Amino acid sequence: MTNAADLPAWAALPTALLLLLGAGLALTGSLGLLRLGSFYDRIHAPTLGTTMGISCVLLASMLFFSVLQTRLVLHELLIAVLMAATTPVTLMLLARAALYRDRSEGCDEVPPPPPPLPSPPDLPGGSPQTQVNAKVIERT
Amino acid sequence: MSTELLSWSILLAQILLTLAMACAAYRLLRGPRAQDRVLGLDTLYVNATMLLLTFGIRTGSTLYFEAALIIALLGFVATAALAKFLMRGEVIE
Repeated sequence: MTNAADLPAWAALPTALLLLLGAGLALTGSLGLLRLGSFYDRIHAPTLGTTMGISCVLLASMLFFSVLQTRLVLHELLIAVLMAATTPVTLMLLARAALYRDRSEGCDEVPPPPPPLPSPPDLPGGSPQTQVNAKVIERT
Repeated sequence: MSTELLSWSILLAQILLTLAMACAAYRLLRGPRAQDRVLGLDTLYVNATMLLLTFGIRTGSTLYFEAALIIALLGFVATAALAKFLMRGEVIE
């Protein structure tokens, strides 16, 4: 603790609370990852830490350095934006990969793949796409 | 008083985050399937980012912020690449 002695009490208290809240949420999420039963249950648990947990820690960091340096320190927003943008992408990619693997192994616990879409009824002169193609061919 | 409170809170937060990292590492090592290991690695990255930010608050230096940013970035790339590998069997097609 080098510089924290300069911090006034009105800033130290919210910083400590936000830090504890963020760390507690991260621990809750990781405990869920450890304890839950199946993979599709487990993939929900760490999102506690990746959304609210890291937001609280980043807010604590922003508050701490802004008060300590008596200027607005906002570069923690980079991590916040990065986390908010990338967490849904990665977890949906992972869930789809797991679903694909379970389906290709014939696992019973996952829903079956959706049935293929019914083919459009045959219109006179073919489907709309072939009509468009025929118009294009006529024009050329 | 407030300084001691902040100091003890930072210490407690570090302990909690280390426990969270231990849970994620257990899932990474003992995950029954490959997707559990990838999920454990992703959680480990996020918890490491938070632990580095806490270190930054503890030491009062902004030097740890860059390391936390790099870890968050690499975590995204690693998880996306590993999910693609699990789905398709190769990363770059």
